[in-house]
Formats: sequence, structure tokens, C-alpha cells
Amino acid sequence: MVQRIRLRYTKRGRLRFTSHRDFQRAFERALRRADVPMAYSAGFSPHPKVSYANAAPTGTGSEAEFLEIQLAEFRDPGQLRELLDESLPDGLDITDAVEAHTSSFADRLQASLWELRLDGVEVADAERAVAAFLAEETVEVQRRTKNGLRTFDARGAVARLEARQAPADRPGGGACAILRLVVRHLTPAVRPDDVLSGLRATADLAPPVPAAVTRLAQGLLDEESGTVTDPLAPDRDAAPAAPSTAAGPSAAKVPEGSA
Amino acid sequence: MSVESVFPQLEALLPHVQKPIQYVGGELNSTVKPWDSCDVRWALMYPDAYEVGLPNQGVMILYEVLNEREGVLAERTYSVWPDLEELMREHKVPQFTVDAHRPVKAFDVFGLSFSTELGYTNMLTALDLAGIPLEAKDRTVDDPIVLAGGHAAFNPEPIAEFIDCAVIGDGEQAVLEITEIVRAWKAEDRPGGREELLLRLAKTGGVYVPGFYDVEYLPDGRIARMVPNRSGVPWRVSKHTVMDLDEWPYPKQPLVPLAETVHERMSVEIFRGCTRGCRFCQAGMITRPVRERSITGIGDMVEKGLKATGFEEVGLLSLSSADHTEIGDIAKGLADRYEEDKIGLSLPSTRVDAFNVDLANELTRNGRRSGLTFAPEGGSERMRKVINKMVSEEDLIRTVSTAYGNGWRQVKLYFMCGLPTETDEDVLQIGDMAVNVIAEGRKVSGQNDIRCTVSIGGFVPKPHTPFQWAPQLSAEETDARLAKLRDKIRGDKKYGRSIGFRYHDGKPGIIEGLLSRGDRRVGAVIREVYESGGRFDGWREHFSYDRWIKSAEKTLPPQGVDVAWYTTRERTYEEVLPWDHLDSGLDKDWLWEDWQDALDETEVEDCRWTPCFDCGVCPQMDTSIQIGPTGKKLLPLTVVK
Repeated sequence: MVQRIRLRYTKRGRLRFTSHRDFQRAFERALRRADVPMAYSAGFSPHPKVSYANAAPTGTGSEAEFLEIQLAEFRDPGQLRELLDESLPDGLDITDAVEAHTSSFADRLQASLWELRLDGVEVADAERAVAAFLAEETVEVQRRTKNGLRTFDARGAVARLEARQAPADRPGGGACAILRLVVRHLTPAVRPDDVLSGLRATADLAPPVPAAVTRLAQGLLDEESGTVTDPLAPDRDAAPAAPSTAAGPSAAKVPEGSA
Repeated sequence: MSVESVFPQLEALLPHVQKPIQYVGGELNSTVKPWDSCDVRWALMYPDAYEVGLPNQGVMILYEVLNEREGVLAERTYSVWPDLEELMREHKVPQFTVDAHRPVKAFDVFGLSFSTELGYTNMLTALDLAGIPLEAKDRTVDDPIVLAGGHAAFNPEPIAEFIDCAVIGDGEQAVLEITEIVRAWKAEDRPGGREELLLRLAKTGGVYVPGFYDVEYLPDGRIARMVPNRSGVPWRVSKHTVMDLDEWPYPKQPLVPLAETVHERMSVEIFRGCTRGCRFCQAGMITRPVRERSITGIGDMVEKGLKATGFEEVGLLSLSSADHTEIGDIAKGLADRYEEDKIGLSLPSTRVDAFNVDLANELTRNGRRSGLTFAPEGGSERMRKVINKMVSEEDLIRTVSTAYGNGWRQVKLYFMCGLPTETDEDVLQIGDMAVNVIAEGRKVSGQNDIRCTVSIGGFVPKPHTPFQWAPQLSAEETDARLAKLRDKIRGDKKYGRSIGFRYHDGKPGIIEGLLSRGDRRVGAVIREVYESGGRFDGWREHFSYDRWIKSAEKTLPPQGVDVAWYTTRERTYEEVLPWDHLDSGLDKDWLWEDWQDALDETEVEDCRWTPCFDCGVCPQMDTSIQIGPTGKKLLPLTVVK
């Protein structure tokens, strides 16, 4: 291994139904098609060295997934990003690539900013539910896991939660509320649907159709402002003479309709 | 007329179903063409779950061949699991293609590829979800032409009332010929409606339209004759044969799914057809003659295919891959080329032959040697003569000896139970064979941890084979025989623990037998099973023998027949078989002679290296054997970085 590169990627549109296992296979094939000089693990069936961090659940979209690859030869991160992005299907897009210059990347993924679109829900109802939820110290919710039904607190992990009106020009029309949610990555992990369960438990909020959930950012949490900042920034800052990357905003870019 | 995607409606259902990724499309190398830019549109279906259907080579090839043509589009559709089916019915979402999520009913042709008869109920589910009438006679000019292909289509009689037509043999050229006929008919503003289009297809002699044939029965239930009921419709319909595989290097851009599927590899068909002459093997009989792809053609497909897919494994497919005239050079050439790239190479379907172990060694040069699979098919020497599988016990022992000596630790052996003339003793000899294999393995490897797995299933007689007249063994007798073998293996103190035993019970085989050699009267059973909830009959957890038997008991006796009549009954020379009007090229008299030879335990050689034995295919179909050697080699690739 001579170089480590950290990548940010998306799960957009219909490809948000890609499971993490599906993504892993697709990504390793993309590495082969793009002829990326990967470092391999030793042993009978060598595997390319890829570390995935904190994947979003199947069915939720994401603008901010991260992984790290180890290369056997040096590559320019910007060119590598373009090559890999071209090699992956539309929707699984590589949006950033930075050479690793720091350690403990996973520790920097402290929190996520989520957007939840609730079709058929009036903003006023959503606001009321959010206020009720935030007023509680703890909100017990249940989730079915492989090991049976688990009960845990969904409130403690929530750093920020607010409701707002969906943009007026969105297709379809009708009532639609948007939730912005910042969740700390704790154990057990609290996912957006757990917060929705919490909203149902505290304020009877029951969206008529499944919420469309997207992770907008993932990274360091600023506790005061409740904002999530780009986890790749420290690597970018530590770079000797930073060659520009193709899509290199210094803070997590948030798609339109944002704060 | 443009067609709307149903994806918005479908999307709302996906969070509620298992593995939603299988319904969203967007696979690498998939194609979506603008609807209005094309005048002939095909929906291609493999009537099983996505994970099984997506890797199907037949569908993949036709999808690409059609989409390469200007003005033609092809999209794929697969069977949806019962969880989504229920939601689709509730929310009125029709059967859709995964490419652009267009409703299947909007297409001109709905083509289904049947590798197995157990997909028939899934076809009915798809038709119904699509809003297409189940029976051909109820369809209008706005419904697609429902076309069946694949190996099961060599006897499409059980689904005759549900399909509009069937094509037998290779599809590459056939789909293009059909496309042109549909195009012309549409350009003329669809004169004469559906009937005229089907008539034009039938007149080519290569498309079977069941509705244009009447079946007459004898008082005892046998078929008296099948007669065309229109002028211009041929008495017999011919199979299609592609003659130069190098001219058809498909798939060039294999589909790479996001969802996990049953075969995750780059498959290259290295030849088509087989003349080994195994008498139970329908595939070997109906795909003659042997046509090889050249060594350079194979090398080219592997190279381009790996670039297009990123797969880490290459499968060299055919009915008996080690029989390619240049297989040694192919294996060595590919192993050399991809030594550095960690590409795995595999050779499915190999015969019991020590040479094949050398090949397997070459292909696994850098990797692990876990298991090798061989198919002696019959347990006794006598049985193997009956089925014309020319392998002696010495061959087998020599082969496994080489395998265990080369570091292989596990050998898997495939057998069939219920072959014609078989007795308990023939099947029990499988146990002796397994014991001898382990004993030899322990001797040559000097170790005790080697294994041999015996895998065995019930034999189903198939149309267009010498065994088409044979009585099938009943499920009860099959199960009893398998139980005796199991007890014998388990009871062996010294070797039993080294022998794995896997078997399939006889019940699904009886239903497969009913559908394989059935005639039009069996259609009522399929419909009854579908209507009482039958789905995914190829899946153990969905298949219900009781449902099939109940449905058969309700629908067959009023027609004067029953399940046994179709399965365990032996046919005579004179009997008109339901598929006699479908011409696979095989001469019926030759098949009968081969059946008699089987009963006499007489073997027949392979016509590739002995004189022609007059099976009839080459003269009847105007084809010939196409084999090497070409004398060419696969040279190392120059690396471009």
C-alpha cells in the first residue's frame, strides 16, 4: 500500500434501494473496470482493500456516504474520482476524493444531517409533533432487528430537529412537510425511522405514505450550532500543496431546498 | 403514442417489499431507448425471480441483439415475488419492465424464455398482472404477441392456449426475422389484425402458432393427428440454427446487476450443441450439430466482457466444455493472460476424464482447489450403457485419483434415479462407487479428511430424446430407491462419514414430467394451479405437489386422462407424440432405434470423431458440424495503462 484515498459518494433516486452489500459488489467491479491499482489483502482469495464507514440503510437516499481505498500505486485523487464516477451507474456518484493525511477518519463521522419528506403531512402538524418530541427527555421506541424487538431511546441522540414547508414548486402539490434532523452517531444507532416512530409515539404523527429520507451530510458535529461539517476537510487542510479536487467544497454541500 | 413509466406508483410500494433493488433496473450495460424512436418493441421475460433471470444468457443475448438494431427496442421483465404481486394488485400497478418501467401490455411482442416447464405458472401471473388475457383467443389487436422460446418450447403444447406462438432453437436470427414481419405489418396499419400477423409468422415455417393446428384424439386418449386448420400453414415447424458463432459474439456487454444473482460472472459460450449422445439429455439432442466458437473469438469475448463488466470470474459455458477441440490452449491462454489480475476461471459441465483434472489444475493455478464435479449419471456399468454415458468405473477412479493427488479435497458426483430399466441394485452401486472413490482418495492423498458428495435426483423423460417413449418412475418408487441408497451410505462404518448425500425427492419430477410430455389437455391443470395460488414452482419453498395433484385430479379425468397416463405410461412406436409436428431435425426412426439400443445396452459413439450415425439433424436442417482446431493460440495481451 502506497496511498490511501477517501471518497464521498451518493445513493440517489431509484438506486437508493441499493443495499450496502449490493453497493460493495458494484464498487469493487467499478474499481476493476476503471483499472484502479488496488492494494490487495493477503491469503487464498485476496480482496481489494476498501473500508466502508457507516452506510445508510437500504431505501434511504444519501448525498454523504464515505469510504477509503488503499492503492498500490499513486493516483491523482481528482482524476481517480472522475474515472470511478464514470464507471459507476448514475445515482451511485463519486462526489469527492481526497488523499488521506490524517488518522481515525471514522471517529470524525460523529453525526448525520437527514432530510425527511413527509408527503400528505401539513407543516403545522409536523411542527407540533417536533415541539412535543423535543420537549421530552427521552422517547422510547421499538425496532424489529435480527435479534427480535428492541426498545431504546430515540430522543437523546437528536441534536436538532425542525419542520418546514416543502418548496411550493415541487411536483405533485398537496400537503408536504420537510423535517431536518441532526442525529449523533451513538450506540444503539438511532435512524431516521426511529425518530419517526418517536414522533408517532409522542404526538400521533402518522404520515400516510412512507417518508422519503435522504442523508445530506455526515461528519463532525458542532454542538452549539447543531451543524455537521465536512469530515474530509482535515485531510484537505493537511495536504502538502493541495491539488484541487473536482468537487471540493470545504463544507458538506447541501442540495437545493436547504437551510 | 407514448407510454408512461409506472415507476412513480411502483416506488411507493418498494419500501414494503423484500430486496427492492431487483425491481429498479439501472444495471450497468442496460439500455433504455426512447419509445417513439422505435416501431417494434419487445418485452423479454425470464419467468422466474430476478436473481435467477438476470444472468440468463438467452435473454441477455436477445436483449442486446434487438437493442443494437435501429428502430427496435427490447426491455426486460421478471417474475415479481408474492409480496410485491399482492401490492401491485391492490394498487393496480401492472407488470412492468425493469429498464424503463413501461407496462408490458404496451409492447408489440412479449417474449418468454422457458428453460424449465416449472415457469409456466409464473407466465400466467405475469400475463394477468400485465392485463393481457390469459388465453390467446381472447386477445385483441392491442395486446402483445405472446411468444415462447427456450428449451421447454420444444413441446409447447401444455401452454398452447396461453401463447400466441413459439419459436424453437437459436433465437438470434429468429427474433430479427420476426421483428421485420411485425414492422411491415404495423407499417401497413395492421391489416387483418392479430390473425393476419400470426399467419404471416406461421407461413415462414419457423414460427409455431398453436391456434392454427387442430388436435384430434383417439377414443383411448392418444392423439390421432395434429392438422393445420388454415391454408399456408406448414405441417411441421422447423427449429432455428445459428451456424457461425463467431459472427454472433453476444453478449458483448453483459448486464451487471446491483442486486445479488445466482451467477456473478462473465460467461462465454464456447460452443453450442453436443453429440456425446447421452440419451436422457434433451439439451444435447435438440441443439445439434456442434458449433464451436474459435479460440480467438473466445479470447476476444473474454477480454471485452471483462472490461465491460468488472467481473472477477469467467465461466466457459457449453454442454460439455472440455470437448472443445482447443480447450487445452484456451485454458492455458486465458490462465496466462489473467494470472496477474486475480480473475477466476471455471469450466462447468465437464466429463469424467483425467484430462479434465489437468484442465482444472490449469484454471486454478493461483487459487484454491476446493471441489471438482463430475457426472457419471448412472451408478452401474450397465446403467451407463443404457444412457450412453460412456464412462467406466476405472475411468472414474483414475480421474478422482488424479484429482485427489493434485490437492483437490472434495469430489462431487451427480447421478439420476429412475432411468429406464433401472433396478434397486443399479442405484445401490452408487454407494459402492462412492466408497471406492474415498478409498482411492485416502490412498493417494495420504489423508483422511477428503470428501465425496453424491447428489442425485429423479430422471424426467423429455421430448425429442430416445427416452421420450420411456415410462417415468413414480415418485413413491423413486423415493423408496433413494432411501435404500441413503441407508446404505449412512450405514457404512468405515467410509460413510466421508460421503455426503444430497437428493431431490421424486414429487417435483412427476410434475415436471407431466408438463414435459404433456399435450394441450394439461393446460387446464396449469390454469387451475395458477388460480389456486401456484407460483414459483421451481422453488422448493413455493412448490406444492398437493396443489398440482389436486388440480390434475379435478381437470384431467373429465378429459379421459390422468397424471400417470402422461408420466409412468410407456409409449409405443405408433403413438403420435404431442411434439411430432415440431421439427428438431432428429429423425423419429433414429430416436426409436436409439431407444431400442438403450434397452439392449448398446452404446453409440460421438459423430465428431466417428462416422455419422444418421440422427438426421444435419441433412434435415441443412447444417454441419463446425469444429476446429484452428491451430491459433491466445497471445499475451499488451498492457495499456
